Amino acid sequence: MKKFVNDVEQLLAESLQGMAAAHGDLLSLHLDPTFVTRKQRAPSKVVLISGGGSGHEPLHCGFIGKGMLDAACPGQVFTSPTPDQMLAAALAVDRGHGVLFIVKNYAGDVMNFQMAAEMMLQPCATVLVNDDVAIERSTHGTGRRGVAGTLIVEKIVGAAAEAGASLQQCKVLGDRVNSLTASMGVAFTSCTVPAARRPTFDIADDEMEFGVGIHGEPGRRRGPVRPAQQLVEELLNAILGDLHPKPGSQVLLHVNGFGGTPLLELYLLNHCANQVLQAQGLKVARTLVGNYTTALEMAGGSLTVTLLDEELKSLWDAPVHTAALRW
Amino acid sequence: MNTQDIIAAVEAVHAGILANEDQIESLDRAIGDGDHFINVRRGCEAITAIKAELLTLPPAQAFSRIGMKLLSTIGGASGPLIGSFFISMGRDLEGSPEPDEKRFARALAAGVQAIKSRGKAELGEKTMLDVLIPVSRLLLRLVDEGSDRDTLCAKLKQEAEFNMLATRDMIATKGRAHFLGDRALGHIDPGAKTSQVALFAVCDLLTA
Repeated sequence: MKKFVNDVEQLLAESLQGMAAAHGDLLSLHLDPTFVTRKQRAPSKVVLISGGGSGHEPLHCGFIGKGMLDAACPGQVFTSPTPDQMLAAALAVDRGHGVLFIVKNYAGDVMNFQMAAEMMLQPCATVLVNDDVAIERSTHGTGRRGVAGTLIVEKIVGAAAEAGASLQQCKVLGDRVNSLTASMGVAFTSCTVPAARRPTFDIADDEMEFGVGIHGEPGRRRGPVRPAQQLVEELLNAILGDLHPKPGSQVLLHVNGFGGTPLLELYLLNHCANQVLQAQGLKVARTLVGNYTTALEMAGGSLTVTLLDEELKSLWDAPVHTAALRW
Repeated sequence: MNTQDIIAAVEAVHAGILANEDQIESLDRAIGDGDHFINVRRGCEAITAIKAELLTLPPAQAFSRIGMKLLSTIGGASGPLIGSFFISMGRDLEGSPEPDEKRFARALAAGVQAIKSRGKAELGEKTMLDVLIPVSRLLLRLVDEGSDRDTLCAKLKQEAEFNMLATRDMIATKGRAHFLGDRALGHIDPGAKTSQVALFAVCDLLTA
């Protein structure tokens, strides 16, 4: 796999420096330990910090700014960041109203944020996002993964924090949005971790991984590629089977690309998904299509549905000004 | 045991990991996400880099410093797990400036217990604990029986190898491999492999 690299050890630092330069009005980069914060410190409010392995850009650094995150801690590619990064980020952005960590439910992320929370002196709470319905809920294992729905939690809770919600209110809201959000994806190709040099998994030209995670890790099954309409139906069956929406419900539909699939195809997925949701008597009230939670250059995409009420809709609509999401 | 011994052991583990790069990488690509080797190597390099500072510390504090350094260097799930292992060993050795084998065996058990609590994992879940738990139990028993060093190391290596290989027939319920379900069958757990490699390196150093 050919990649733009100078020294693979420096890839993350160089990429972050480029991102900070591209968004000099929005972002401040700190190295050693690595974290990114808003350029303008937020007004007096609860601060939101997220983080995770790199390779999912624009998640999370692209969502730092007014109406969303206050800071993010990028780890090495597909490797969770470390507690010292989270502690330094919290110290830099805390305004005395508490720190909310938004964490994708992967063992590494959970353990590192947990250790940071144990060492924190400021009041803090954690929202664990586990929207991926490919992995069934079970008492074994780590449980469902946190994937593209994380953006929706960060956007909605970010708006509430900006409007003055307390730490407890942000935590409750984040848990509620998570429980109303479900995602599932399909991959056609693998991705290559730059330092590993070889693709993470082997997959034949005519095969797909159904229910794939955002690191190319396996989902429900491997099978032959099928028409988009059928894939969308199957993904939405799993998603709606988890959410049990009442007929007539309003939903937010997020079509997410994994990095190697053109927008041409993502909009096609959106078209198919709209048809399926309408046929189920649901109203697509808000839509977001694009590459937001990527897995390096993996081809494929995911669908996310969030059940909306008036409160969530107005928080979603609230102004946001970040590198990757703004309205 | 003094801090010089700890550093020699770390260097031996580092060399062992490098010598087994291909196997560790291919196991992790099969049932992990391909970053295990890189993360463990980065951890070993970080410890080597603070060698001079470590040499000024007694064993308890050296272990604790190693743990904190690994915690802030490795990331992923390995960081908190391996970091907690060393931090707990350090805490257990507090007040023992020159721990003997029995003392060390107890500290190792405390370290393994810390991995269990942090990772909320038990024996048989296809993780590094499948090597570390039986090895730590056997070490406690052998030092209790007053076993000589050569026999002790030979038996520990045997136990590590056997239990590392046994992860091949396990279905993972913890760690990245658990997403694979049945598909992880037939593959050795990369964390169990690294643990076996590390134990072999230390035993070979002690019996060289």
